[in-house]
Amino acid sequence: MSLLVETPGLLTTFQDLGRFGFQHLGVGPSGALDEVSHRWANLLVGNSPEAPSLEITLAGPTLNFFRETLIALTGGDLSPEIDGRAVPQWRPVWVRMGSRLSFGKATQGARCYMAVGGGFRLPKVMGSASTNILAGFGGLQGRPLRAGDRLETGELSQQIWPSLLANLHRQDAPFLGLNWFAPWFREMDFLRPATLRVVQGPQWEALTAHSRAAFLAESFTVAPNSNRMGLRLQGSKLSLETPMEMISSGVTTGTLQLPPDGAPILLMADRQTTGGYPRIGELATVDLSKAAQLRPGEHLRFKLITLSEAQELDHRRETHRREAAATLLQRMLG
Amino acid sequence: MAENPSRRTPPGPPRVEPLGDRALLLTLGEGVDPDINDRVHALVSAIRDSELQGILDLVPAYASLAVHYDPACWARPGISPYEALHQELQRLWSQVRTDRRILSRLVEIPVWYGGEFGPDLAMVAEHCGLSQADIIARHAAPEYRVFMLGFAPGFPYLGGLNPSLATPRRETPRLKVAAGSVGIAGNQTGIYPLDSPGGWQIIGRTPVKLFDPTLQEPCLFGPGDRLRFVPTENMGNHP
Repeated sequence: MSLLVETPGLLTTFQDLGRFGFQHLGVGPSGALDEVSHRWANLLVGNSPEAPSLEITLAGPTLNFFRETLIALTGGDLSPEIDGRAVPQWRPVWVRMGSRLSFGKATQGARCYMAVGGGFRLPKVMGSASTNILAGFGGLQGRPLRAGDRLETGELSQQIWPSLLANLHRQDAPFLGLNWFAPWFREMDFLRPATLRVVQGPQWEALTAHSRAAFLAESFTVAPNSNRMGLRLQGSKLSLETPMEMISSGVTTGTLQLPPDGAPILLMADRQTTGGYPRIGELATVDLSKAAQLRPGEHLRFKLITLSEAQELDHRRETHRREAAATLLQRMLG
Repeated sequence: MAENPSRRTPPGPPRVEPLGDRALLLTLGEGVDPDINDRVHALVSAIRDSELQGILDLVPAYASLAVHYDPACWARPGISPYEALHQELQRLWSQVRTDRRILSRLVEIPVWYGGEFGPDLAMVAEHCGLSQADIIARHAAPEYRVFMLGFAPGFPYLGGLNPSLATPRRETPRLKVAAGSVGIAGNQTGIYPLDSPGGWQIIGRTPVKLFDPTLQEPCLFGPGDRLRFVPTENMGNHP
């Protein structure tokens, strides 16, 4: 055993980059809602971005370390502490055996990601270690963490952040983190109201002129019944020029559906694979992580961009990320 | 097979629309129509056979196909990844034999009708003005088409229910419907692949597991397959 779950937190699940290739069977992709933070948590501890991380929602778990472990916490700030001392995020942290990680108040964002050096040991189900909560498979026995769960971690394939570990051994602290802050953090922002960029969906033109104007001018609030399936948005009621009878067809993560009640739903990773509501917009992939960090009650606005702009932003981000990951790899071996 | 009038008009090219920056939707027609659905599945086969790069998921529905793709695999100078994939799909479409009968599997689903496994059978019989035996006979007679899967892992949208069996949903949905339950809702029939809440009229249950994520093929059937319900008296070792 490497880690023991003392308390599980509100909703703590294993997630990776998602389960693809099975949507034609009705199996949604799941995966980390905030993929940016998931990727960086893994990269900071020398893992591949495909490795599973723990997605920790609003109120975090309490975890006991039964071995010396390299961790990284990214994403939202849920006030992590080790043995009562605040743990810095977005950097590698060596944790001493016998330490206890707990979380406090959610001060920024909704979801924190924790990766461990060597990765969590989990079987892949249908090509992924992501937890499909609704269907009950993947991750740890297809469910969120529970008190008493034992989590196994793998071995580091090579010595990384060697001076950090040496310093921990010279000190009497429960943990030691690098004293710099990962600059890749700039991929994320937690400004509120959040501005989310969207591309027109197939039924955008079917909205009334008034609804199109309201959608772009006014802010929306994340409703309390939002979850990993989707963010339900409260604001101006949107309506179509004429009601539409639609038959089910494929949807995607980031699809903005408009049910008859006029309150849009932004589909997230635990979404269904098909839907029958009009799709008024599609979130740009580069802004999915921002959306994932919105808490119930927080505000957001939409900004319309073109499809080529969205693809160009996505491309630029991938390029930047590859360069940053290469730089990081150089540093962690030094 | 008898000539179907709707086959006489050659289908036009699909309507293509972006679904955001990593997926696109091909629409081949309107409504719930076996001929259109055949064309959807023919297109799926053609795309699979072509081994196009960077296709993450192909999600067929009644009359459309969602293509999820990795834009990094479709980066081309001067045009967007969407336009590059769109062009490739258009080229492919012009070669698809849409009049070809799709080779689909016929999957037999054994069903224990009525009793504790089909608590709503009597109610459905009463609603339809038929005997329970008639309901079973008419439900088990057709070869149903799996138009698509969706809603939940392994849930089939079936076509072919005898219209005389149409029954509205229960006024109060059940909190838990057991996996394998066979039900009717309006003019649809279906099977619950997993334990879930639900409002369908439950007329029977199959002991067969429809969805098992640990198997190489997690679903008993796929989109485009055909399905027949076989009344059975013996549930074997299944509860």
